[in-house]
Amino acid sequence: MGEDAFVIQLLSFYLFAFMVIASAVMVIMARNPVHSVLWLILAFFNAAGLMVLLGAEFIAMLLVIVYVGAVAVLFLFVVMMLDIDFAELRAGFVRNFPLGLLVALILFVELFVGLVAYNAGGLVPDSAAAAAQAAGAIDAGGASMSNIEAFGALFYERYLFLFEAAGLILLVAMIGAIVLTHRRRPDAQRSQQDIGRQNRRRPGDATVMKQPKVGEGVAL
Amino acid sequence: MANFSSFYFTGAEILLSLAGLVLLMLAAWSGDRSARLVTALACAALIGGAIFSYDLLTNPSYELGGDAFGGLYRMDAFGSFAKILVFLASAACLVIAPRYFEERGGYRGEYPVLILFNAVGMSMMVSAVDFITLYIGLEMSSLSSYVLAAFLRSDQKSAEAGLKYFVLGALASGILLYGISLLYGFTGSTTFIGVGAAMAGDLSTGQLFGIVFVLAGLAFKISAAPFHMWTPDVYEGAPTPVTAFFATAPKVAAVALTARVAMEVFGSQSDAWRQIVMTAALLSIVIGALGAIGQENLKRLLAYSSINNVGFILLGLVVANEAGAAAMLVYLFIYVAMSLGSFVGLLMLRDTEGNLYETFADISGLSTTRPLMAWCLLLLMFSLAGIPPLLGFWAKFVVFQATVEAGLVAFGAIAIAASVIGAFYYIKFVKVMFFDEPAGVVTGKGGRGHWAVLAICTLIVSPLGYLLTPALDVLAGKAAAALLIAS
Repeated sequence: MGEDAFVIQLLSFYLFAFMVIASAVMVIMARNPVHSVLWLILAFFNAAGLMVLLGAEFIAMLLVIVYVGAVAVLFLFVVMMLDIDFAELRAGFVRNFPLGLLVALILFVELFVGLVAYNAGGLVPDSAAAAAQAAGAIDAGGASMSNIEAFGALFYERYLFLFEAAGLILLVAMIGAIVLTHRRRPDAQRSQQDIGRQNRRRPGDATVMKQPKVGEGVAL
Repeated sequence: MANFSSFYFTGAEILLSLAGLVLLMLAAWSGDRSARLVTALACAALIGGAIFSYDLLTNPSYELGGDAFGGLYRMDAFGSFAKILVFLASAACLVIAPRYFEERGGYRGEYPVLILFNAVGMSMMVSAVDFITLYIGLEMSSLSSYVLAAFLRSDQKSAEAGLKYFVLGALASGILLYGISLLYGFTGSTTFIGVGAAMAGDLSTGQLFGIVFVLAGLAFKISAAPFHMWTPDVYEGAPTPVTAFFATAPKVAAVALTARVAMEVFGSQSDAWRQIVMTAALLSIVIGALGAIGQENLKRLLAYSSINNVGFILLGLVVANEAGAAAMLVYLFIYVAMSLGSFVGLLMLRDTEGNLYETFADISGLSTTRPLMAWCLLLLMFSLAGIPPLLGFWAKFVVFQATVEAGLVAFGAIAIAASVIGAFYYIKFVKVMFFDEPAGVVTGKGGRGHWAVLAICTLIVSPLGYLLTPALDVLAGKAAAALLIAS
């Protein structure tokens, strides 16, 4: 790799990384929840860019298609349907801030501990290394084979049976959701307009002319 | 990788999946009018699957079984035996369903379709030799079970049962997955053979935790104590045909799966897993026997009875040899017949409008108003209690025999004591039917499908069922041998 390519890679890394952090901060700082979701989408996009830099283009695609395409849009719909009292939201933020900070601290310490543990080595048992070697038929192509090809080879060859079965599980989930929520509503049918009936209707069907005398009411 | 034999070995799953997809289309296009047709076709597909599995089980050229899809799935006699049971039980639960649902706001074509996909999941479970196959099969079966439990969504109890089952089932799946991930992390493999080989020798703490979590997750699925708490509520709330299904097919599949995991994966660490399974077995037997005593609702009573029976089945597993595994399979077969028969019997306790009666007060004096049904229920209850000469006695006998031969005399003794306690409520059932004043609320007649299933189950548990035992012994022996060879 040439010097220029390296510089470009470095620059784009810092760009993506900065944008991820900045938009993540904006997700929690934005007052309007709709804006938060939009910032979140930006964060996903930049994370996808980072993945591309790492050479993990499959995960990058997943991020864009699944998270940006489906999950974030779903979030947007949900957020738009919420009726949020913004003042209350901010009060809650201040009150819960120490708790949130604590959770964040714990997560950070865990991450740190995990990193130290990983660096110390010895976590990978011999059998795992052997299994990794045995699976090398697919992994060995790492240099020449792209991520997507490697995933495809695993999904459609080694795990074909399970891949199809997972598809059936999703189908079952879909059937279940429909069975439990879908219902034919006779009242929904009735509320629809019946043009024929509307046209057949004459003034005489709906209105009555009365000529009450002065001082007397109308019998209804 | 995937070659012709892979597809042939998984023929039953492929047949049922295709049938499920086609019938789903049929149900979607022609609406609820075709629900009965869909049911009949689904039944045919399930029986087709059972015949296919029987062929694999008895065909000498597949004596040794074979791996499919690069060791994700194994076709062997053990899996085939369990599949036959699962498919036949599922088919029976389809036969009894339409009338029940038609009387409660309409039968729908999705019911048979969900049962079909459930059967696909269950047959993947019993043939799994990789933890990923195990989990995917289990989830397919569980997800459709949750929906089936809530199938009568206008009924509050059914919706509650569905929700309860879903939440607790998801928790159990999480525990199971955690165990699987621990095993994977500490052995570096997801295949049963790989994990088993890596666990030979000294057991690390992480591996032990993996074993505990996996067994706990599976114990939930077979509703063995101390993970049985959901069973009475879900069995009571779910629609009765679905309860009959829960008590039979998924239980067979989960027990078979547990046996395979215990023998093939944890085989070299039998001290570790046998303690756990033994505790679960004894607790189930005792809790099943004691918990049922105070129940007024017959569905709850049968739920405790099924917990009790699972204990006996696990007792066969604890023995951990060929005789024990064969005894377990024989018990499973007889248990399915008894359980199915008793739930169908409950389904037939109805008035002319189809309202179900399911407490002790309702069945009093049934022998004078519905003598034939009362006699069928009497045979089923005495069989569940293990009273000779009914087949339920033989089931318990083979399990006790295997237990005692393996030197676990004390456990056999506790189990016998608990089964005597358990006999109390079965006999109470019979006493209420035969010696109490007639309540006269059961005025409706059962459908032809109900009578057919009840008659078949009663014939199996009656002394005539002993005619089946030689063939059953041969098949169960073959299946048990296949399980032992692989481990």
